[in-house]
Amino acid sequence: MGEARIFSIQEITRYIRMKLESDELLGDVWLRGEISNFTHHSSGHMYFTLKDEGSRIKCIMFAAHNRKLPFAPRDGTKVIARGNVSVYERDGNYQFYVTQMQPDGIGSLYLAFEQLKKKLEAEGLFDPARKRPLPRFPRTIGVVTSPTGAAIRDILTTLGRRFPQARVTLVPVLVQGQGAAPSIVRAIELLNRIGEADVLIVGRGGGSLEELWAFNEEIVARAIAASRIPVISAVGHETDFTIADFAADLRAPTPTAAAELAVPHFAELRETLEHLRRRMRGALAAVVESRKTRLARVRRSPVLLYPRRYLLAHAERLDRASERLRERMRRRAEQSRQRLLGARARLAAAHPGGRAEVAAARRREAERRLTAAMRAAVKDGAQRLAMSMRQLDALSPLKVMMRGYSLVYDERGERLIRSIRDVQPGDMVNVRLADGRLECHIWSMRGEDGFGGNEL
Amino acid sequence: MAETNFEPERNGEPGGDRQEASVSFEEAMEQLEAIVAKLESGDVPLEQAIELFQEGMRLSQLCGSKLEQVERKIEMLIETEQGLQRRPFAPEE
Repeated sequence: MGEARIFSIQEITRYIRMKLESDELLGDVWLRGEISNFTHHSSGHMYFTLKDEGSRIKCIMFAAHNRKLPFAPRDGTKVIARGNVSVYERDGNYQFYVTQMQPDGIGSLYLAFEQLKKKLEAEGLFDPARKRPLPRFPRTIGVVTSPTGAAIRDILTTLGRRFPQARVTLVPVLVQGQGAAPSIVRAIELLNRIGEADVLIVGRGGGSLEELWAFNEEIVARAIAASRIPVISAVGHETDFTIADFAADLRAPTPTAAAELAVPHFAELRETLEHLRRRMRGALAAVVESRKTRLARVRRSPVLLYPRRYLLAHAERLDRASERLRERMRRRAEQSRQRLLGARARLAAAHPGGRAEVAAARRREAERRLTAAMRAAVKDGAQRLAMSMRQLDALSPLKVMMRGYSLVYDERGERLIRSIRDVQPGDMVNVRLADGRLECHIWSMRGEDGFGGNEL
Repeated sequence: MAETNFEPERNGEPGGDRQEASVSFEEAMEQLEAIVAKLESGDVPLEQAIELFQEGMRLSQLCGSKLEQVERKIEMLIETEQGLQRRPFAPEE
């Protein structure tokens, strides 16, 4: 083994603290003892010692935890306290850090309360979904409480002040001590059986935990949860919560508050009614007003204001349509006229009179040219004739004969006799002279040298 | 002290006719509120709006008269050997 380690005091204290704080039992423990050396420091923290016959332990309860302490601890008070054990390092002391504390004697009740609460909670008895809504205007209110005492007085006073119209059916019960819980259960069941109440107030005035205990009993919690009629719990004063409070549909901190929650205020209701009437009048007026506005708008519409204008518009349309119709007709007629004129012009162009004239002119021209040509031809012919006659005249045998020549024809005067061989002696011949004829007998013939005859 | 054997009392409210007595204050209030809401929605034909208004006024008067009918009735229910008993109740001062 090596050298033993040497710790500082702080180290060992811290180690002890760690040991204590990791211990399961010491982490959350209930202790019973008597308070001594109690100091309520100005910081709000409480310092004291818890002791019993055998031992003692230093305790501290911080302000955050003791603020809601339901009792005032003092020296000599027997309490049960819940908390954890740890070490205050500076002093090297172990201490009990208290988180909850109850006067002893009811300490066991307190534990029972916690256990029952957990159990019923786990069952879903306190589930918000189970809560029933309260009637707005209950006619009858069932009250389960003591017929004597402040609670019923407060409830009746408040109900009478707020809503005297509601009837109250009180079922008197014991609210503390032996038999309280069963009587409360019976009352709740009875009111459910009768069924006349619209809402129940179940409760009592404030008291010690023992005095309130009936409202922490399981049967009461179950009867409240089972009630068909909605239940308002009204137990104790402000800070006291009971199991009944958790099971109820609504928890009121006091009986007076329960009565206030149970009913509306009469005067407020009157006001509500008046308000509803006003709203109704207003709404009706608004409906009428909106119709009036619509009517006015319709009346102001131009069709109704100026009907003539709308007729005129139609008249104008009619006029325009007629105008267009006329215009179309006119144009159509014009087109037809144009076609007619065109046709006439073409017809006129094709008129035979013109052609006849042209033909006549051509004929006259042709005639003129023919006449001219004929005249020219006649004149030419006359000239040619005159010339020919002159030539003929020049060539005429008569002229030759005038110069002494004669022509000899045969007897019948037909055949010209050109040679002696054409005749024979004894033949008759015609001899033609310029101024007549001679009928002659051929007596003889002599041929000429060279030629033939030498007589004549 | 007058003692009456328990019998559920279901006679009508005094002053109302039979039909109206059968309408609870809560029902009348709910009808009235529904009518007001409908009227305020605005999309109601005029004739219907007037009918609704008249019905609403009737209901509001009914509610009003029910409100004025203050007839405090506080009873105590006690189980005895003879059965259930009702007794008028007044808290001790």
